[in-house]
Amino acid sequence: MRYTLTHLKELEAEAIYVMREVYAQFENPAILFSGGKDSIVLTHLAKKAFWPAKIPFPLVHIDTGHNFPETMEFRDNLVKELGVNLIVGSVQQSIDEGKVREESGKNASRNALQTTTLLDTIESNNFDACMGGARRDEEKARAKERFFSHRDDFGQWDPKNQRPELWNLFNGRKNMGEHFRVFPISNWTEMDVWQYILYENIAIPSLYIAHEREVIWRNNSWLPVSEYIELGPNEKPEVKQIRFRTLGDITITGGVESAADNLEKIVEEVAAARQTERGNRADDKRGETAMEDRKKQGYF
Amino acid sequence: MSTNNIQSNESNAYLDMQLLRFTTAGSVDDGKSTLIGRLLFDSKSIFQDQIDAVESSSTKRGLDHVDLSLFTDGLKDEREQGITIDVAYRYFATPKRKFIIADTPGHIQYTRNMVTGASTANLALILVDVRNGVIEQTCRHSFIASLLQIPHLVVCINKMDLADYSEEAYDKVVAQYKDFASKLDVKDIRFIPISALHGDNVVNRSKNMDWYEGETLLHTLETIHIGSDHNHIDCRLPVQTVIRPHSNDYHDYRGYAGRIAGGIFKPGDDVLVLPSGFTSKIKSVDTMDGSLKEAYAPMSVTVTLEDDIDISRGDMIVRPNNQPEQKQDIDVMLCWLNQQGPVQRAKYVVRHTTNEARCMMKEILYKVDINTLHRLEDDKNIGPNDIARVQLRTTKPLLVDPYDQNRNTGSIILVDEATNETVAAGMIIG
Repeated sequence: MRYTLTHLKELEAEAIYVMREVYAQFENPAILFSGGKDSIVLTHLAKKAFWPAKIPFPLVHIDTGHNFPETMEFRDNLVKELGVNLIVGSVQQSIDEGKVREESGKNASRNALQTTTLLDTIESNNFDACMGGARRDEEKARAKERFFSHRDDFGQWDPKNQRPELWNLFNGRKNMGEHFRVFPISNWTEMDVWQYILYENIAIPSLYIAHEREVIWRNNSWLPVSEYIELGPNEKPEVKQIRFRTLGDITITGGVESAADNLEKIVEEVAAARQTERGNRADDKRGETAMEDRKKQGYF
Repeated sequence: MSTNNIQSNESNAYLDMQLLRFTTAGSVDDGKSTLIGRLLFDSKSIFQDQIDAVESSSTKRGLDHVDLSLFTDGLKDEREQGITIDVAYRYFATPKRKFIIADTPGHIQYTRNMVTGASTANLALILVDVRNGVIEQTCRHSFIASLLQIPHLVVCINKMDLADYSEEAYDKVVAQYKDFASKLDVKDIRFIPISALHGDNVVNRSKNMDWYEGETLLHTLETIHIGSDHNHIDCRLPVQTVIRPHSNDYHDYRGYAGRIAGGIFKPGDDVLVLPSGFTSKIKSVDTMDGSLKEAYAPMSVTVTLEDDIDISRGDMIVRPNNQPEQKQDIDVMLCWLNQQGPVQRAKYVVRHTTNEARCMMKEILYKVDINTLHRLEDDKNIGPNDIARVQLRTTKPLLVDPYDQNRNTGSIILVDEATNETVAAGMIIG
């Protein structure tokens, strides 16, 4: 037993290896940072991979303008602490420039619009590899994703024509204009991420911890009341103790009722959970292959 | 490293969990998807919303039971055609271990996908329908598992319910498999009679097969010894990148970052840097959590040396008395993964550990019929999904070990320079 690693240490070693490969194989890589727990873990792993040097990548945030204020504050503090560059791609700007059109109606969201802003940001900054915190256990289309995922010059993913990926040998070769998405925590599950946050004592936005908030019941979850959502005639805001299992836009991220007000309790709650974490994401409920369709176009 | 001290022993259990990677191969008819669905379902790894979705799909398809195979449904085309196109990775955990399943299709692009799934696996699950016994596909899966040196094979004799749970029927298939397996190079082979559909011996012990005294599948997966699956003897550290902070606190720091590919590295060890041939001593083995007394595969670490030597990506740190071979003529067993076969004297980029060179396919020695394991010495025309023994000539020496001694330093991929695609994977023979 002496020369074996725990599952968390093995996953950590794998992610660090992948990030160092990205640094070595690409000229201008970046970390896609949403402010959610997965990208926070990714950033923590980048710190470990290059210590005692600074993280050699900028953080890229695709800002829909519909953020939780807590996420923004967390992001700005982290960037200051790490001393890295922050690059913000603004969906509002894409709308103002007429590149995308805002959805209307009660369930309107800027989720799908992010793809255009993301691809524009990648192109204008000449990023040749963007690391993301997506995990294969999240969704069925993601179960087939590679660590090094090739994107054509339109940023598209072709799931049926992916490069085979064997052993630890990653092939990051590409033509001009193409780029890669890289997913160092592909093999982690939601449980692994929480256990690792607990084990490493990683700071996360307070939104993940149970707190009181004004919410409405919509699409089977507690949606936070904010200036960005339209209330229906029968929707009445109430105050509930909730926490979020994933963080996306404030318009589409539903919370769950929870008493888990510290990390230990969250890990216990995740272990006992009966719903997948994306079960509360309105963006995945737009049809059975919603994620696959968005990914093919260049989504995260 | 902050372990919070307030946790109970029970919630600390995850700190002792190990990771087991296994691969499954087969077609829908073997019950492979049903078996995976059963493992996930009976080990309570499936969430209620997934169960609800599968129940409603089962009803829509006019079934009167929950079709467990739907839990492993994937992309749009796969759902429409009822096939698996690509390797899919699935995850579940028990209190003892976390499992990663590389679920590979049995028919389409089978070699390419099985080889990919097998390359990182500790264990291969082979499914045999008790009514059909060992068929071509069984041989193919087993051969690839053996070729890729998966340390453990678990052969599940499935659909026992359709053979009246008969010991005789089971024994017959086991004997048939053992006869065939004598040609393979696998050290650990186990057999389990199961019914994936009804759950016999998958997670729960079967009440229908009192004659079977062995372990259930899940218990086998949870307890099989995987501690020796890495090479802890031959020290190999392929350098990925050099870390130079240029900060006030670490002004002269120069660390060689990489993932240990074999052996155990300790401060004070004499080391040799290849290909330059310079020698030095290890000064420290660093991580952000502090320096380590020893480090071993598959850890990612940063090593500093006592002497200032010029070292860069692609170099390898080893022990002076235990070196890999430096060669330009490399004998490999090659799996061709691309739709387009190689042309005569074709040139490729070869990737090996963190190193890269160009190479030419000098000679094709023979092809292997993966159904019969026969050598085909007359047919040297390589096409998609073929396996062949070839001689490569590289533009510079590579630092190699035989694949059966070290999967990390014994494996290569070939990349087509025109398309940038990964066209072949190879296991180094010598």
